[in-house]
Amino acid sequence: MKNKTDSQDILKDRLVELYRVMLKIRKVQIKIEEEYPKDEMKTPVHLCFGQEAIPAGVCGNLHEDDYVFSNHRGHGHYIAKGGNLNAMIAELYCKETGCSRGRGGSMHLIDLSVGLMGSSSIVSGGIPLATGAALSAWLKKDNKVSVVFFGDAASEEGVLYESMNFAMLKKLPVVFVCENNFYSVCSHISSRQANDDVSMRTKAFSLPYHQVDGADVSDVYLKSRDAINYARSGKGPFFLECKVYRWRGHAGAGDDLKLKYRKMDEWEKWIKRDPVLEFEEKLNKEKIINDDLRKSIGAALDKEIEAAFKFAKESPLPDKKEIMKYLFADKEIKNALD
Amino acid sequence: MPWTKILIEKQGMDFDEHSGQNLRKLTYPEAIREALDQAISYDERVFVMGQGVDDPSGMFGTTLDLHKKYGERVFDTPLAENALTGIAIGSAVAGMRPVYVHNRPDFLLLTMDQIVNHASKWRYMFGGRSKVPLVIRAVIGRGWGSAAQHSQSLHGLFMHVPGIKLVMPSTAYDAKGLLITSIAEDNPVIFIEHRWLFKHKGHVPEEMYSIPFGKGVVRRAGKDITVVGISCMVIEALQAAKILDEEGFDVEVIDPRTLNPLDEELIIESVKKTGRLIVADTDWKRCGVASEITAVVSEKGWRYLKAPIRRIGWPDIPTPASYVLEEAFYPGVNDIVETVKEVINEKKR
Repeated sequence: MKNKTDSQDILKDRLVELYRVMLKIRKVQIKIEEEYPKDEMKTPVHLCFGQEAIPAGVCGNLHEDDYVFSNHRGHGHYIAKGGNLNAMIAELYCKETGCSRGRGGSMHLIDLSVGLMGSSSIVSGGIPLATGAALSAWLKKDNKVSVVFFGDAASEEGVLYESMNFAMLKKLPVVFVCENNFYSVCSHISSRQANDDVSMRTKAFSLPYHQVDGADVSDVYLKSRDAINYARSGKGPFFLECKVYRWRGHAGAGDDLKLKYRKMDEWEKWIKRDPVLEFEEKLNKEKIINDDLRKSIGAALDKEIEAAFKFAKESPLPDKKEIMKYLFADKEIKNALD
Repeated sequence: MPWTKILIEKQGMDFDEHSGQNLRKLTYPEAIREALDQAISYDERVFVMGQGVDDPSGMFGTTLDLHKKYGERVFDTPLAENALTGIAIGSAVAGMRPVYVHNRPDFLLLTMDQIVNHASKWRYMFGGRSKVPLVIRAVIGRGWGSAAQHSQSLHGLFMHVPGIKLVMPSTAYDAKGLLITSIAEDNPVIFIEHRWLFKHKGHVPEEMYSIPFGKGVVRRAGKDITVVGISCMVIEALQAAKILDEEGFDVEVIDPRTLNPLDEELIIESVKKTGRLIVADTDWKRCGVASEITAVVSEKGWRYLKAPIRRIGWPDIPTPASYVLEEAFYPGVNDIVETVKEVINEKKR
């Protein structure tokens, strides 16, 4: 395995698609940040500025019916897996037309039609769920792969190790993707972890891993391709530790430099690395995109995003009378299953 | 799979009264095993997991040798209860029907994040888009000095949480029929058995049959007082009723069978007739199932009551080990007999 991957190993159309997906995630975040102060989206938002390359690169290798489990910072995962944008934005406005019918809000996105299985806002909560979806693939032998995205703080929770052990024991097709952005709310990883080399933990289970530059979508794409192919071939689980940086505060809009908890040398190093711009420049330089293509991709996304916000704002709120709905699937045994 | 074809509710009043009758009989664990066996062979989505499900005694016989018959669909698990619960949930949302077996409810405390934060909420918080057809079985221990961490039942905790169906069968017939319903159910089900019921035998039909949730049963009809029993306390209540009958007290014994949903109507109808209620539980009294049933009858059946409702349950302490202290800890037949007399002799306030 080469240390540094090369975008020449990726087909041209795929490179353009990776750029488009990253730009879509970025533009949706920008629009959310613009609208958020109006206080019409009454739900906490956890923005993923700076982290766009990871969902774009990983999901670029997945089939539509592969499984993805997400977390509280899940907008990028949902978009990259192909989730319906109208339904996502409507959920941010807690509308009846939202992907979770306004019952979940920003932290609970789902689109089963594209394998986006749901997102848990209990840190690490999705890890065993994704492992379980991989168990179902293993039992059914349906050749699907299950992916879970989680942050560095989730690597402090026991279920990660319980899940890695079980996944390795059964050789399940699950890819653990750690988005290590160094911060859990305002706590730096160095104040939380005795050894902050997260990927080293895999060695106890002989679980294969790659360390990934989470701001370089080519690196994410190629290493996750390796991981996903490995899992799909029946060899077992794979772990990706993607180092990346969270530009915004833990929740809400805008940077939070005034809180003065960040290590400024780290900030200065990472803030220069804009994964979307870096990749755009690279594709420009390699003549894979030109100004016309860039503009037309941007304009199409703007149109789609504008339409999604319009749809969301014009959608009805849930009916108070339906508050008790959706607790249980109400199939009666006598009307039965399938 | 055609779960539609399975038989619905065949139970009459024939609770464990089959001595001398030429009927097919199984013990409670044999009935559980038969339900699992039939469900696995009937529906390829069903699988069984849990610590020791493939061990030589097969979890008290409830999973005996199923791994030999079904291979990788019946498997042992690491002692990682929280993740394994999440793994079961994950397989369920991806279309499987897992049955996760624990030999004690005490270990479910390690899984509360996945049960309460995930399984119970997964459907509601996604607006009904997903579903979690999951069964969690656990067997309450009691006696032999099992002590504080091997004898809890904890159903009060689970009844508190919306989004979980809660089942506590008291007979072999119910164990099979309710387990079939649980596996066919599209929602998370916690299925709590009691070790002290495992020697009970009863008539269990060979075919697959299911018992609907939320339908309790009158185990013994009576006119003087209603005793609602939970799990093994149904049996204690029936024994108490027999003793009291000889002394001229006519006790009605009700077995709710499922606690969520709870057959409130059956209990209130009974209280309407008898005017008196005792709830006998195998759990702590405070904020427990007995408290909940008491509250329901207070709210909806107050006008029928001739005497205050009484709860019989564990004192609010951890279970002690010494058999002398165990005797003092666990209420049983005598407590029910005494409490029935106290309630019936109480002057109407």
